[in-house]
Amino acid sequence: MSVPADAIALPAERAAARREWVAFVRRLARRRTALFGLVVVAVVFGAAFGAPWLTAWDPTEQDITNRLKPPGSPDPSGRMHLLGTDHLGRDLLARVIFGARPALMVGFAAVAISGILGMVVGLLSGYFGGRTDDVFMRLADIQLAFPFILLAIAVIGVLGPSLPVIIVVIGVSSWVVYARVVRGSVLSLREREFVQAAQALGSGDGRILLHHILPNALTPWLVVATLDMARVIVIESALSFLGLGVQPPTPTWGGMLADGRVYISTAWWLATFPGLAILVTVLGINLFGDGLRDTLDPRLKV
Amino acid sequence: MKVFLIRRLLQSLLVLLGVSFVVFFILHLTGDPALVLLPPDATAEDVERFRQAMGFNDPFLVQYGRFFVGALRGDFGQSVRHGEPAFNLVIERMPATFELAGAALLVALALAIPAGIVSAVRRNTLIDYVSTVVALLGQSMPTFWLGIMLILVFSVQFNLLPSSGRGGLEHLLLPAITLGLFTTARITRLTRSGMLDVLNQDYIRTARAKGVSDPPVVWKHALKNAAIPIVTIVGIELGTLLGGSVITETIFAWPGVGRLSVQAIYNRDYPVVQAAVFLLSSTFVLVNLVVDVVYTYLDPRIRLR
Repeated sequence: MSVPADAIALPAERAAARREWVAFVRRLARRRTALFGLVVVAVVFGAAFGAPWLTAWDPTEQDITNRLKPPGSPDPSGRMHLLGTDHLGRDLLARVIFGARPALMVGFAAVAISGILGMVVGLLSGYFGGRTDDVFMRLADIQLAFPFILLAIAVIGVLGPSLPVIIVVIGVSSWVVYARVVRGSVLSLREREFVQAAQALGSGDGRILLHHILPNALTPWLVVATLDMARVIVIESALSFLGLGVQPPTPTWGGMLADGRVYISTAWWLATFPGLAILVTVLGINLFGDGLRDTLDPRLKV
Repeated sequence: MKVFLIRRLLQSLLVLLGVSFVVFFILHLTGDPALVLLPPDATAEDVERFRQAMGFNDPFLVQYGRFFVGALRGDFGQSVRHGEPAFNLVIERMPATFELAGAALLVALALAIPAGIVSAVRRNTLIDYVSTVVALLGQSMPTFWLGIMLILVFSVQFNLLPSSGRGGLEHLLLPAITLGLFTTARITRLTRSGMLDVLNQDYIRTARAKGVSDPPVVWKHALKNAAIPIVTIVGIELGTLLGGSVITETIFAWPGVGRLSVQAIYNRDYPVVQAAVFLLSSTFVLVNLVVDVVYTYLDPRIRLR
């Protein structure tokens, strides 16, 4: 007859965990740049979710008679094209707002895939070491040898550009950073007393990995995931820019930039605003990620 | 030392083997390479005849073996579009890509190292803030947007620099800045944090206590030690630059491997795509091998790993 040890300790542990959490949020909030990044990210999220309510225009509605109107042009119906219109007379602001959707969608889904893949590889590689580690680290070397964009467009070229293909291609080929960071923390966690205690008590490898090591390796993983999201959004835009991203008529920032490039000498706003949208989003995520890293673990080099 | 070199060389060969498999596999992603290579209106007999001719009915590993042996001899097949060996097409464009990547790296090092050092030495002054903000912007700015904006300002508005093609220095400037910006930002931040670490070390305090004046402390004592991580990242960044050339070359119509590959993908000219991916990856592996070897001379501790 045995009582699970953690059943007794739980309430106190929970309270301590909550206090730690509150302290962490306070420390993070004290970093002004991180807070600014968080606000930017929140605004972009708001734009993605609330897109239909934020603009009076349909992002795909064409109006050839009103094409290439500069920012601030009034519309015959009395509404205003705040950022002007594109080569098909579509409202640029509406397209920039709706463009947040594919960017965030690809960002989250791809980061989830690569994050989980990398986590699994890092845990196994760090914990078991030896052969397992050798195999995974050689695979990482192979992955890193490829110029990322080139491999991605080659694969997407064969499979055809669609949202799932783009997400899977980016997700499957971005696991290395996660694996390396998680592996690093596992290597040191493996030698800690609480892990050895669990081993001595007869816990299986699976239990040790999931209950003792994983929660402690989560912090650096989270920082990598945040910063990687910025990278993925740039890659998604780059793919759309090359015409190998989410296909029209869905508005994407990269696709709008590609359109704008053609009209660069007559309509500067076409390429400028979608690019600013990418810049601001990525900057916000980077600032937040940097703040997260400095708050959670200043020694972390990612 | 010899053991280390041999092990490192074997590792690189293993990586190249893996790279060749992935490159081979690109064509087999859909399960039927014949359909990938042939135009969509090819008849069933055409497809079958093509399959026979290309050996796509052979066992998978036999096909890979054939591809690998071909790749070693520089034979990636004929370009569907140009009717020339794919290998030749890629090799012809390599110098342009190297020129651009090299120039970008030079721009990056020339800007980033002084900026990083000054930032670290004059920590928390205006100049540090400016350089930090610029580096942050640089890391967040998509290269293709920067390229277009540079064209807008320098080519369209002021008509100072050409917006496309390869030629003299004036052709190189905008693409090199575009491609080098991300690397500049990274190296600036790395140099700054590396210098800050080193400047807090005991031996720097000792040098200062002995009365060594500021410039030699910074340039001789500190930079030498802060340079080690910079050397490593240069190898890695070269991969970023070779890969980033795909976008930059497309924007500036730079006649390199990146632009060739993008056009080859549009034209479904996969032998060229395979040759380009394989050769750029091999270049990266080779450069990193060289960097690692140079590195062991700089920092003997590495050999012991």
